[in-house]
Formats: sequence, structure tokens, C-alpha cells
Amino acid sequence: MRLNEQMQSKQMYDYPDSTGHFGQFGGIYMAETLIPAVEELRTQYLRFRDDPEFKAEFAYELKHYVGRPSPIYHARRLSDDLGGAQIYLKREDLNHTGAHKINNAIGQALLAKRMGKKRVIAETGAGMHGVAAATVAARFGMECIVYMGAEDIQRQAPNVFRMKLLGATVVPVESGSRTLKDACNEAIRDWVTNVESTFYIFGTAAGPHPYPMMVRDFQCVIGNEAKVQMPEMIGRQPDAVIACVGGGSNAIGMFYPYIEETNVQIIGVEAGGHGIASGQHAAPLTANAKVGVLHGNKVYLMQDENGQIIETHSISAGLDYPGVGPEHCLLKDQGRAQYVAINDDEALAAFDALCRFEGIIPALESSHALAHAMKIAPTMGKDKVLLVNLSGRGDKDINTVARLKGITL
Amino acid sequence: MSRIQSTFDKLKSDKRKALIPFITAGDPSPQLTVPLMHGLVESGADVIELGVPFSDPMADGPTIQRASERALKQGMTLRGVLDMVAEFRKKDTNTPVVLMGYGNPIEAMGWEVFAKRCKEVGVDGVLTVDFPPEESHDAFEHLQRYGIDPIFLLAPTTDDARVERVAKLARGYVYYVSLKGVTGAGNLDLSAIEQKIPQLRKHIKLPIGVGFGIRDAATALAVAKLCDGVVVGSRIVQEIESSTEQNVVANVSKLVKELRQAVNKA
Repeated sequence: MRLNEQMQSKQMYDYPDSTGHFGQFGGIYMAETLIPAVEELRTQYLRFRDDPEFKAEFAYELKHYVGRPSPIYHARRLSDDLGGAQIYLKREDLNHTGAHKINNAIGQALLAKRMGKKRVIAETGAGMHGVAAATVAARFGMECIVYMGAEDIQRQAPNVFRMKLLGATVVPVESGSRTLKDACNEAIRDWVTNVESTFYIFGTAAGPHPYPMMVRDFQCVIGNEAKVQMPEMIGRQPDAVIACVGGGSNAIGMFYPYIEETNVQIIGVEAGGHGIASGQHAAPLTANAKVGVLHGNKVYLMQDENGQIIETHSISAGLDYPGVGPEHCLLKDQGRAQYVAINDDEALAAFDALCRFEGIIPALESSHALAHAMKIAPTMGKDKVLLVNLSGRGDKDINTVARLKGITL
Repeated sequence: MSRIQSTFDKLKSDKRKALIPFITAGDPSPQLTVPLMHGLVESGADVIELGVPFSDPMADGPTIQRASERALKQGMTLRGVLDMVAEFRKKDTNTPVVLMGYGNPIEAMGWEVFAKRCKEVGVDGVLTVDFPPEESHDAFEHLQRYGIDPIFLLAPTTDDARVERVAKLARGYVYYVSLKGVTGAGNLDLSAIEQKIPQLRKHIKLPIGVGFGIRDAATALAVAKLCDGVVVGSRIVQEIESSTEQNVVANVSKLVKELRQAVNKA
């Protein structure tokens, strides 16, 4: 009976459908010129996804180039200080290039190689996906153009220089709010112009089908590893998995393998900015934003009453995005995952705490997930376990943090 | 018979090609849009494509992006655009008006409300750049119910099977995107258009308009020879951008007259 129920639930959660929809979300909302390109990408991805040679090469790169599996670390001093649930960290910050973004970039680069594309483009917010794209382009001998909002270029200067060192061209985007969404617009404009020669390495589990599915699949290595590692460490799965959500690629990579583990709570943490009530945030799920269409998919989207996309705010460039991946929208509607928001100041406090208690400098993005764990841990028993996806390291953020603290480096 | 169809029927019997100028509603300012529309018609426009400004115009080059920004900064909304068409119809009941833009403002209003309002104010067609046939089913059911023509894009990358699919859904005319790129791009390839149009005609029985990258009388003429109508957007928006509020209607009218003369030679 138990097995039957499990099998039924497995059959029930099978997204996206063949047209790329996660319930009402997702789809391929793109201009006609790019529709054949996303069709081709879908066909090629489905062809190679289960190809033993492709899978073996992906696994090889993840092990020998990225350094996987990433460890899980028990943040004991921090947990002791909080006096409640034990906090464990999935150390994606220890990956080559310092974040989870490389998992997906490798997967897409291997696909680009098989599709004969010599030129790759990417959008980036915090710069971690840009660095990952530049890295794989160097690794596989491809030309790489990275679009980055002018505002983010200022916030993330070290990553801009890293991309340049890796041989990529970084194009500042001056339109709109000069952040991640505008970088996406510009990358799409490049793609429509160079559609035949170019592979768009999209950084998050959003955009037109097949990207939300493909990025999820490449990032699932996070959750798949954790599902093996946690029982090894503590003899069972955690009580909750927690990850930050901008577009939501690190989160879906952690969450997806846990969807059918119904004893494990799933919590996505959005950027609360100056607070949901202030309107200055990047938390469409928490703030109950309306459904809308942007960047190729239908999702919960921060917009005004006239359907114009509104400017978002977050301390962290990687979360500063008005939409969210379609699968998170579905998981929210189904009630399988909960979504909460953490404000700038709370994230900053968590950033400090991890530095001081554990000797780990986390990315400001990941600090949001950690901050939520720190918020709920004291309310839980010491036998409870929270697994936080530490999606990236914080070296790139030291200028931002210094500025916020009024320190000149 | 729809206004778009009767317009193209008449053009055909007169052996003329359509001139379809595009302007962004609310640019350079909301009060100049309706005078500009009348100016376009007086100078020889057969159909007007009226751009609905959007915060994230992914298919547009810098010129039309800036036009959208100018319009939005002055409070332009989809409701406002529809009101402008109502105003335009007080003096002009003949010229088809096609709204062109992105789907989200319409999603926010609701397709049913939008389609009904289109009918009330006299909008004839709707072109939603980021809603391909795959995602258009519900949206266009509403448009059809109110007799609004869904205008679809075809591109150099569109294969035969997709052309056939679009042919079944499209009404009014079909807009062929002449190049791989954004609006206002400079890489127009006439021989590629010449090759593609006969392929499209195998399935498309509607008139075919061609746009993107048409920037002067010479390119307008060359393209007009190959199809049923030319769409000129960025070049006109450029003229709006470089004009003052005092001379913008005159400058745009002069430009459109030149284009008209060129297209008449096709």
C-alpha cells in the first residue's frame, strides 16, 4: 500500500508536460525567430539527456573539473549558538568558480558542443553565472559574450574582471533598471540576431521550455548528492531543505529530488529587500505577485496594474529579478514548497554570523537561505536538522558588504 | 468583411502595395499620438501599426526601446492606447489600426476585456510579439469572438511546417520579419526575402507584409516589389526622436510621403 501510494505520487508529479508547461506556468513565449531555436534545443536536449556518452562526460566534468561531490558540513558552532535545530550546509560554494552555477554551465556547454555551436552568450546578475559561462567557454574553446546590467557591473567588479581574465567579453547593459532582467533582454536580442551560430547558456531554471527543465536536470546533482550524504552523516534525511530563490536554479536543484520525500519540508527564500511592505523587494512568490509573461515563460511576476514590469530591489544582485522559475510557481500553488522572504539586513546578519562562527564567507544570495534557517532553528528542537544550500561563496560580495558597513577598502 | 481585408482587397485591385508605418503610442507625448496617426494617413499610410509600450521590449532595437521608455515615463498604458484609438476613430473610420506589442500588458488586463475593448474602440488587429501560435490558443479565441484579426509573425527561421500552422490561425495579413535580429537592425538581405516569400505563399493566402530593417525610400521600394506591403518602424520613430513637439507631425508626414512615393513605384 505504501509503495503504491509512493508510485502514485511519483506518477502525479511529472512536470513539465510535453509542451513545456508546469500546470499553467512555463511555456515558450518567444518571438517567432527564436521559436525554431528553442525547438531545436529541446529536440537536441531530449536526444542527449539519456545518451550514455553525454551522461558519462557530464559526470566526468562534474567530478574532475568542478570537484564534485560537494561536501555537506555541520555548522556546529552556529547551531549551538542558536540553541535549536542543527544547521547543515551543502557546500556548493566549494565548487570550481565558487557557486552552483557551474553545474548547469557545464551541462549546457556539452550540449552546445554537440550542436556545433562555437559562440555562447549568457546573462548574469551577480556575475556567478557569467563567470561559469566564461569558464566553460574557455574550457571547451568557445567564444563567450556575457551581458550584465551596468548597475551590477558596479556591484560585482571582481566577477567582471574574472570573466575578462577567462577571455569573455562583458557587455554592459544600460537599458531599463540596468540589472539582471535587462541583461536577459539584451542576451535575447543577441540570440535573435545570431541565432544560427549561437548557443544561449541560460543561467536559471526559467525562460522558455526546455530551459526550466534542462537547468533543473543539470542542477539536480545537488539534491541527488544530498539525499545520499545526509543518511551517511545523520542516518536520515533532513527535516527541511532550504535554498534561496531568485530565478531559482540552486533551489530547484536541491528541491526536485526531495519533492516525493514528503517528510522533508521544502522552503524557498526570496529576497525581501527593504521589506515586502516597502514594495522594494524581489519576492514575487512571497508578495503574491500576479501571473504574467516575461523572458519566455508564464510565471508569478512583479508588475504594476498595467502589466509593466516593476523594478526590484535586493542587496544581492543574483536575486534581484522580478520573476521566478515556473516550477517554483507550481510548487507554491501545490503547497509542496513554502516560500518566504528575508530582508537585506537579515541576510547581512547571517553573512556575518557564518563568517564569524564557521569561517565561511557565504554569497549574499545564499545568506538569505541561511538567514531563514537561523530564524527558525531556535524555534525547533535540537534533534531537528535543516539542510541549507550554500549556493555560492561571498568573495564577490566583499565590496558591497564593506560599502554597507561604511568601510573603504 | 474586416477593415484590414477590404483595405488589402482595394490595394490589390488598384495594383498598389501597402505602406504600414509603425509608431509607439505615447511617443513623443500622448497628446501627439492621434495627430501623428492622422498625419500618417494623410501622407499615404494604408494600415497603422500602433505600438503598445512595454517595459521589457526584447524584440526591439535601441530606437523603439527608447520610444517605449519615453511613452511609459509619460504614463502611457494599454488602456490609454485603446482610448487613443477611440479618439482616432472619431475622424477616421477607414484606416485599419493594428496594435503591436508584448503579451504581458494584455495578460494583466485580461484577454476578454481587452478584445471587447478593441472592438468598441475600433482596433482591427493585434500582434503580440512574444505569443507564438503554441501559446496563443486562449488569447486568440477571445480576439476572434470580437472579430479582431490576430496578426502573426513569420521569420527567416520559420520552417514549412510552422508556416502551414500559422496559415491556419492568421487573419488580416501576415508580418514577415525580414531579418534575424531586432527592429531597426541594419542587416537586410533582399535576396533572402526574395527566396522566402514564394515559399510562404505556398501556404499563406493572406497578404504578406514585410518589416524590420527598412530604413529609406530605396529599401522600401525594393522590399515592396517582393510582397504586398512594407512595414516601417524604427526609421519613423527615429524621425520622431529627432524632432521637436512643434515640427514632429510635419517631419514624420514628409518622411512617410517619400516612402509612399517609393512604394507606389513597386
